[in-house]
Amino acid sequence: MVNTKVNLCGIELSNPVIPASGTFGFGYEFAELYDINMLGTFSFKGTTKDARFGNDTPRIAETPNGMLNSVGLQNPGVDKVKSIELPKLKKCFSKPVMANVSGFSVEDYAYTCEKLDDEEQIGWFEVNISCPNVHGGGLAFGTSAKNAELVTKAVKKVTTKPVFIKLSPNVTDIVEIAKACEAAGADGVSLINTLLGMRIDLKTKKPILANKMGGFSGPAIKPVALRQVYQVYDAVKIPIIGMGGVSTAEDVIEFMLAGATAVQVGAANLVEPYACKNIIEDLPRVMEKYKINSLTEIIGGAHNG
Amino acid sequence: MTQGIYKVISNINIAPSVFKMELSGDTSALTASGQFINFKIDGLFLRRPISVYDYNDKTVTVIYKVVGEGTEIMSKAQTGDSFDILVGLGNGFDIVKSGNKPLLIGGGVGIPPLYNLCKKLIAEGKDVSVILGFNTETEIFCEEDFKKLGAKVFVTTVDGSYGIKGFVTNAMENIDYDYFYTCGPMPMFKAIENTAKTSGQYSFEERMGCGFGACMGCSCKTKYGNKRICKDGPVLEREEIIW
Repeated sequence: MVNTKVNLCGIELSNPVIPASGTFGFGYEFAELYDINMLGTFSFKGTTKDARFGNDTPRIAETPNGMLNSVGLQNPGVDKVKSIELPKLKKCFSKPVMANVSGFSVEDYAYTCEKLDDEEQIGWFEVNISCPNVHGGGLAFGTSAKNAELVTKAVKKVTTKPVFIKLSPNVTDIVEIAKACEAAGADGVSLINTLLGMRIDLKTKKPILANKMGGFSGPAIKPVALRQVYQVYDAVKIPIIGMGGVSTAEDVIEFMLAGATAVQVGAANLVEPYACKNIIEDLPRVMEKYKINSLTEIIGGAHNG
Repeated sequence: MTQGIYKVISNINIAPSVFKMELSGDTSALTASGQFINFKIDGLFLRRPISVYDYNDKTVTVIYKVVGEGTEIMSKAQTGDSFDILVGLGNGFDIVKSGNKPLLIGGGVGIPPLYNLCKKLIAEGKDVSVILGFNTETEIFCEEDFKKLGAKVFVTTVDGSYGIKGFVTNAMENIDYDYFYTCGPMPMFKAIENTAKTSGQYSFEERMGCGFGACMGCSCKTKYGNKRICKDGPVLEREEIIW
């Protein structure tokens, strides 16, 4: 019997597979398809202080081996997440959940996290300082080590739950940002958020997305994500949640070898609603194939020797 | 929603760039006219949402227009080929709300989802009128299909090469109806909105990520709050739509 368990900041996960925020809603669409309690956990839809509709449509474009999205953090706002979404989630998911939070100022982040802090089901915060689809927020915090530090400190002040900071790949040096988060007290880092991209429609001769640019995700970005996870693992001691184009059990193992303690699955959920279930069910077979007894033992394995 | 592998029974060219594909497989998730199914295409990342023309216990039929890479690949499928498809997506048309004289208005590739609807309304004993709008005579498809169901069919062509000259709204003026259902391009919707005298339902199209409500890629604002075209739609009621 292989061991798929990992420990994420003191909370044990039965396996390291976590649907990424924005690709899994608040879980219940997927709970109609399979028992989502088989997941390690999942990161719920990015939540902000106030309700947001997001950007104009089209918000979606296809790319070779991936996609662009410019949803723009559509969510019902923290109050409705507490009063409507979390009670619904509780009915289909009994494990600790990861609360993904976004904001437009340091105070926003702290406000939303503080409001969510008393929700027992929330096991971790994942603070998104890297959304490429909103102006004046999100990414502005993720591209500056100083701002990343300010957000981390502000959130750490309002919660005792573990705080992961979700980092942007759209920076000169992701290691510098990761180190700033660690120094400010972050319990872990999640990487990578989407890469900023564009597609142009040859018929209209204009960008496909109404927002012109959008976040690029899917298997095409996996090498970039792996490289950044590898670099950050070398530079910090806190755990890393790795993501970027994960769609198979082999991908999960590859990210863990690069240094990830747990792995998120994003775009794959949108084309294959059973993606996470399939990955989790396939993990033991792939572990046996590569003679891996315990996933915990391979974290950062690519760095040895 | 169910996911399965569906086998192509036939895939025929019925009008310029327009194909009719019948597939066999589990159709139990199809519960209403106007729902859609989402095709995985080898070599392309996102699925392709295509509205359902007709279905029964064993097969589902779609009519689609070749507009890009995905539909181009679909058009080359042969009998015996198979597709991974998510089936039974979207809300579909609500037939309970139709009056006794419903009018179905389709524009171009917006026509197919009205076929199964027409079948159901006629089975309920309704006096159904159908307007099929095209640009020109050579593009016409499905006219006979609706006639065979027993509907009163009016064809319009923009260039006047067949049927009533002009737009679907030119035909609407002389038809007696007490409710309408429509699917087609946005300019046609806006013209209908200015012409229609009754309540009705519009089936919308949008670029989708997942097609089953997870990604928020196809959201729209309505008078009843934000809705996802793929999950809460594609059919919206006239009273809730913000134009």
